[in-house]
Amino acid sequence: MNIHEYQAKELLRRYGVALLEGHVAWNAEEAAAAAAKLPGPVYVVKSQIHAGGRGAGHFKEDPSGKGGVRVVKSAADVKAAADAMIGKVLVTKQTGPAGKLVSRVYVEDGCDIARELYLGLLVDRATSRLTIMASTEGGMEIEEVAEKRPEKILKVAIDPASGVSGFHARKLALGLGLTGKQVLSFTKFVLALYGAFVELDCAIVEINPLVETGAGEIVALDAKVSFDDNALFRHKDLEALRDDSEMDPKELDAVNNDLNYVALDGEIGCMVNGAGLAMATMDIIKLYGSSPANFLDVGGTATAARVTEAFRIITSDANVKAILVNIFGGIAKCDMIATGIVEATKTLSLRVPLVVRLEGTNVDLGKKILADSGLAIITADNLADAAKKVVAAVKGA
Amino acid sequence: MAVLVDANTRVMTQGFTGSQGTFHAEQGIAYGSAYVGGVTPGKGGTIHIGLPVFDTVAECVAATRANASVIYVPPPFAADAILEAIDAEVPLIICITEGIPVLDMVKVKRALDGSKSRLVGPNCPGVITPGACKIGIMPGHIHKPGSVGIVSRSGTLTYEAVAQTTAAGLGQSSCVGIGGDPVKGMDFIEVLEMFLADPETKSIVMIGEIGGQSEILAAEYLKWENFAPGKPNKPVVGFIAGATAPPGRRMGHAGAVISGGADTAEAKMTAMKAAGIHVADSPSALGSTMVKALGG
Repeated sequence: MNIHEYQAKELLRRYGVALLEGHVAWNAEEAAAAAAKLPGPVYVVKSQIHAGGRGAGHFKEDPSGKGGVRVVKSAADVKAAADAMIGKVLVTKQTGPAGKLVSRVYVEDGCDIARELYLGLLVDRATSRLTIMASTEGGMEIEEVAEKRPEKILKVAIDPASGVSGFHARKLALGLGLTGKQVLSFTKFVLALYGAFVELDCAIVEINPLVETGAGEIVALDAKVSFDDNALFRHKDLEALRDDSEMDPKELDAVNNDLNYVALDGEIGCMVNGAGLAMATMDIIKLYGSSPANFLDVGGTATAARVTEAFRIITSDANVKAILVNIFGGIAKCDMIATGIVEATKTLSLRVPLVVRLEGTNVDLGKKILADSGLAIITADNLADAAKKVVAAVKGA
Repeated sequence: MAVLVDANTRVMTQGFTGSQGTFHAEQGIAYGSAYVGGVTPGKGGTIHIGLPVFDTVAECVAATRANASVIYVPPPFAADAILEAIDAEVPLIICITEGIPVLDMVKVKRALDGSKSRLVGPNCPGVITPGACKIGIMPGHIHKPGSVGIVSRSGTLTYEAVAQTTAAGLGQSSCVGIGGDPVKGMDFIEVLEMFLADPETKSIVMIGEIGGQSEILAAEYLKWENFAPGKPNKPVVGFIAGATAPPGRRMGHAGAVISGGADTAEAKMTAMKAAGIHVADSPSALGSTMVKALGG
C-alpha cells in the first residue's frame, strides 16, 4: 500500500526522523494559512499524488506552465501556487499520459540545500535482509543510477538478529563523504528511519533527496513510504491512510472483493487461478497475436460468488472483446468454478465470447456442468488450444 | 531416491485440525504417503482423522518420529510455526501458507542459518515424489513416476509442466514448488543441485517468473555445474512467466514485480539460453520442448 508524502512525513516524524515543518492543505485558503504558520521566507508547495517526478511534470490544464512542486517567497504566492495545483491533473513520467488529479498540496518550509543525497530501505531478496542503500546521487531516479553508475550506490545489509547499529550508519556516512557532526546527524537519521521501517512493516522507504543543509544538518526533503500488504493486519490504523482515489476503480473493486487484479490495456479478459499461470496465460495470448486486458488470479479458494465478482470486474472494462478462463484445479475445484461461470454468464448476461479451459481436480464434473448449461461457451482442451480459440474469437468479432 | 521426499518420509502437519490441514492430510494419505500426526496448540491429546494431535512440534516429533512438517497455519502465525519446527530440528519444513509478512520471513531466514532444517516455501504448492509421497496442495492424479525433475516458483504453472511431461510419457522424479515470495527457503540452485545429484532425475524443467535474480544465478550455476564437460549434462527446459507484465506492477506473487533492468522475462530467458537451457517459447510447449531436448 502506498501513501502520500505528507502522510509519510507525519509518520516518520513520530519516529524521530529529521524533517522540515510543513502542513497539508486541501484548498488555496488552507495553503495560505499553512504558510502563515511557517517561519519563511521561502516556502515549497508540493502536489500530493502517488507518483514521482512531480517537479518535472506539468499540469494538463497548463501544459507549458510550471511543475507540481514550486518554490515561492510569500504566503500570497503559496496561495496562488496551491490554486494552480488543486483540482488540476498532474502528468509526470510515472503517471502516464492520463495524469493524476491533485486534491491536496503539502506546504513546507524552505531549506538551504548544500548537497542532495539518496537514502533507501528495502528488503533485498538476494540476501533476504533489510538493506540500507545510500548514494551521493540524490534527486535522481535511483534506478537510473543503479543502471549507469552502480558504484555510486552504497549498501549495508542488516542482520535481523542484532538489528541496525551505529556502525552501519557511520559506514554509509563516511562513504557519502560526510564529516564531523554531519556523521552524527546522519547516524541519528538512519537509526530513526530503520526503526520506522521495522515497526510499521514497510515495503520501501525512500528519502530522495536527503539533504545536507547549509548549517550541516541532515534532513529529509522528500519521503516515499509503502507498506507490506501482507502485514497490514497488524497495523489497522494505517488503513485510514489508504487513498482509494489513487487506484484504478476496477483494481479497487477487486481489492475490496479479495481478488488479485491488475488492469492492462489489451482486449482479452483473463480469469486464471494462480499468479504464475495467470502471467503465463497473458504471455500465450500475446504469442498468438492478441493482448491481455488484465491479470486476474482468482486464487485457490475460488467460490461461485468470487467467480461472479471476477467476471463483473473483467466485463466492466469496455475494451474486453472476449474472455479466457484458464483453471488448473489444485485446491480450486473445476466443478465449483464451472458453476460460478454458468451463474456469472447468466447474471451478467455476458455478451462477449467466452473460452473456458478446465484441468485438474474434478475436471470431468466441471466440463459436464458447462456442457449441460446450454450456454454458448467455447471449451478448450489445453492452454494452446484455449489461446488459439480466444484469439480467433476476437479476430472474428 | 528422488529428492527431498520419498516412501520413507514421515509427514506431520502444523495447523492439522484446520480445514486446509485436514483436507490436504487426507489427500496425502489417500495418495499413499506416510502421514503420522500433527500439531494444533490447545488440542494436544486428541485424535484427528485417525492420527494423534500434539500441542507442540517437539512432542509430535518425539512421539511419531516425523521427519517432515507441512504448515497450513494462517499468515499471522505462520512464521511462528516455521520457527517452532526449526527449533524442534525437523529436517524438512514445507510451508504452504500464502501472505506471510516479509519481515517475518527475514527473521525465519536468519533462524535457518546453521539450523538442522531445510525450508521449502512459503507460498508454494509443496513437494511430491510421484507414487511415493505427496506433501502439499497439488492434485496427485496428474503426476506419474518418471524421470523429469521439476522446480518452479509458481503453483499452477507447475501443474502445467507436470501434465505436459505426463502426457509426453516421461513422468516426474520429484516436483518442488519453491514459492513466489521474495524471501523464502530453498531457491532454484539448491534444488537444481539435488536434481543433478539424483540418478532418477534424467532431465529438469525449471519455471521462473519476473522479478529478482535467482533464475539468472541458477542459469549461471547450470552452465558450470551441469553443462560443462565432465558434468552431468542433464537436459534442462526453462520457462519464465510474465513476458507481458508491465514494469513496476506486482503480478499476484509478492516476488513478481519488475523493479528495474535485469529481472525481466526477456533478460532471464536470454541468460538461460546462453547457459544451454532449452527455453520454451510458450507455457504450452514445456513437454514438447523436453521431448525435443531429449531427442537431440
